Amino acid sequence: MTDIVAATALTRRFDPHLSIGDRIAAAFGARVETRAVHAVTDVSFTIRSNETLGLVGESGCGKSTLGRLVAGILGPTSGSIAIDGAPVMRRGRKTTTRIQTVFQDPFASLNPRRRIDATISEGPIAHGLVTRAAAPAFVADWLARVGLDPAVATRFPHQFSGGQRQRVAIARALAMKPDILVCDEPVASLDVSIQAQVLNLFLDLRAALGLTCLFISHDLSVVRHVSDRVAIMYLGRIVEIGPAALVYAAPRHPYTQGLLDSVPKLRLDADAVGFRPIAGELPSPLSPPSGCAFHPRCPRATDLCRRERPELAAHGATDVACHYA
Amino acid sequence: MTLLDVTDLRTHFFTRAGVARAVDGVSFSLAPGEILGLVGESGSGKSVTGFSLIGLVDPPGRIAGGSIRFDGQELVGMAPDRLRALRGRRIAMVFQDPQATLNPVLTIGTQMALALQAHGRVTDRAAADRATAMLTRVGIPEAATRLNNYPHEFSGGMRQRVAIAMALLNGPDLIVADEPTTALDVSIQAQILAEMKALARDSGTALIWISHDLATVSSLADRVLVMYAGRIVESGPVGAVLRAPLHPYTRGLLDSLPAMAQPGQRLAQIPGSAPSLLALPQGCPFAPRCAHADAACTAPPPRVERADRHALCHHPLAP
Repeated sequence: MTDIVAATALTRRFDPHLSIGDRIAAAFGARVETRAVHAVTDVSFTIRSNETLGLVGESGCGKSTLGRLVAGILGPTSGSIAIDGAPVMRRGRKTTTRIQTVFQDPFASLNPRRRIDATISEGPIAHGLVTRAAAPAFVADWLARVGLDPAVATRFPHQFSGGQRQRVAIARALAMKPDILVCDEPVASLDVSIQAQVLNLFLDLRAALGLTCLFISHDLSVVRHVSDRVAIMYLGRIVEIGPAALVYAAPRHPYTQGLLDSVPKLRLDADAVGFRPIAGELPSPLSPPSGCAFHPRCPRATDLCRRERPELAAHGATDVACHYA
Repeated sequence: MTLLDVTDLRTHFFTRAGVARAVDGVSFSLAPGEILGLVGESGSGKSVTGFSLIGLVDPPGRIAGGSIRFDGQELVGMAPDRLRALRGRRIAMVFQDPQATLNPVLTIGTQMALALQAHGRVTDRAAADRATAMLTRVGIPEAATRLNNYPHEFSGGMRQRVAIAMALLNGPDLIVADEPTTALDVSIQAQILAEMKALARDSGTALIWISHDLATVSSLADRVLVMYAGRIVESGPVGAVLRAPLHPYTRGLLDSLPAMAQPGQRLAQIPGSAPSLLALPQGCPFAPRCAHADAACTAPPPRVERADRHALCHHPLAP
């Protein structure tokens, strides 16, 4: 398999927007937040053609920002993202329609004042994938493919349930005929029975269209189910990346181990259950800890971890950023 | 000995479009120190059941029938001031979103003192000591100084701990927790689950844990109730129910979980979506989505009893 997506040293920092008043106040010693948020720092990875890379992490770890960088919705502060060697962003603008996104919240991602036929056909018409005259048939076809009755094309988003809206959002993304789909928590807001329906739809369409995917989720079991490879993020960096089966069966980074231990498992036996939660909380991305960012919560941390940040290095088929992997 | 005995509870919402029977004939009981998981999807009536227990159902909803006996006292129809005296003292509630339940303009210490002083004469000093002890117990470091912080100065996980500490303040006999960890990250959720389990064990506080997440309930609860369209369609010890469900809906929920399938394979899915409470099908409300449904299912499902379990189904699955 060949690499189709290549992220190289992607970094994204969010600087606070300081008004003149804020600057003056800061100069006089007021408590104004002037530090930048380091949302994504020096992230490199590739996604192979027809592969799904799962991206896991807790809130604030930078996974959604990374998804937006990959999709060309946000520009990187430094580093680059390329599809088949061609940069996704040029001079702050997205240059390709080959990559599309499905967002988490189908209540917020669909324009409430626009009929869904207009929502689905706008992009393809603008990019000349379909003529205005052919748009109704095109929309009907896509609605059928995502399991909706084509007769609903003239409805507004509020007339749909959450699961149906997510189907519309998937149709909108796929109508642009992308090769690559970024899915940012696409099933997080859905009920279990509806989540299974949408995941099945995703699996079917992925196979039928030969899609390459970046699948972002905080739900480890969902990511395990859909991913070939998986990347674990902590505080803006990838700490472990490798084949999903291997990472789940034999996690090498203490954070990955802690995360997997924290997930409530379906207990079918009656024994007492011991949780082994990770101590502490995610540090603020405004002031990441020295050395390894995980060291304040890590049971194995030593002086070396406090001093030096471990680089991502190969350990068999997985890459791990830990001094003691 | 039972702490809580709910019999044929009916909470209905009288809307312009019709009567929504959000809770329609729910019965269960709870012993001191027991953890009961109440599981269901959106609109199943699990939260309304929780709100009914503490008398927080707002119009157009009201308890239309049934009985809630808490430690021998009937809560349905109880005078508001007597209910208020119970609520927060003997029955406490933890909500899903601590951002919305904590007062943003009062410090944590003030809010906790108010919760204590609402139920008895407590000096500010004693209230602060008690609040500090509770915050420490739920794992908040430097609790004494944190009393002076406002809710926005806490992270989401810490705020939920504060909400749990407030629920614990008066040493309640029963805590009703409505999706308390849904908004939290897994590592924080695991910390809170571990603490809640220890709490029920050590203090004998009974806990009703309302959740859509079977895995969380399975690792926390002693018994589970599965709700669908306002009814408890299945109940029993959590291990037995999840190992071999009687109701096809419970089976379907379990099989929908990615953890139950081979990676990359299609998941077993329940077709369709939950029915509108305003237009429930005749007989069994799950029948239109059920693979086992037949002509019999247009009649109300019978109550099937198996040892300490029950299900509402014409065609219960094996055991």
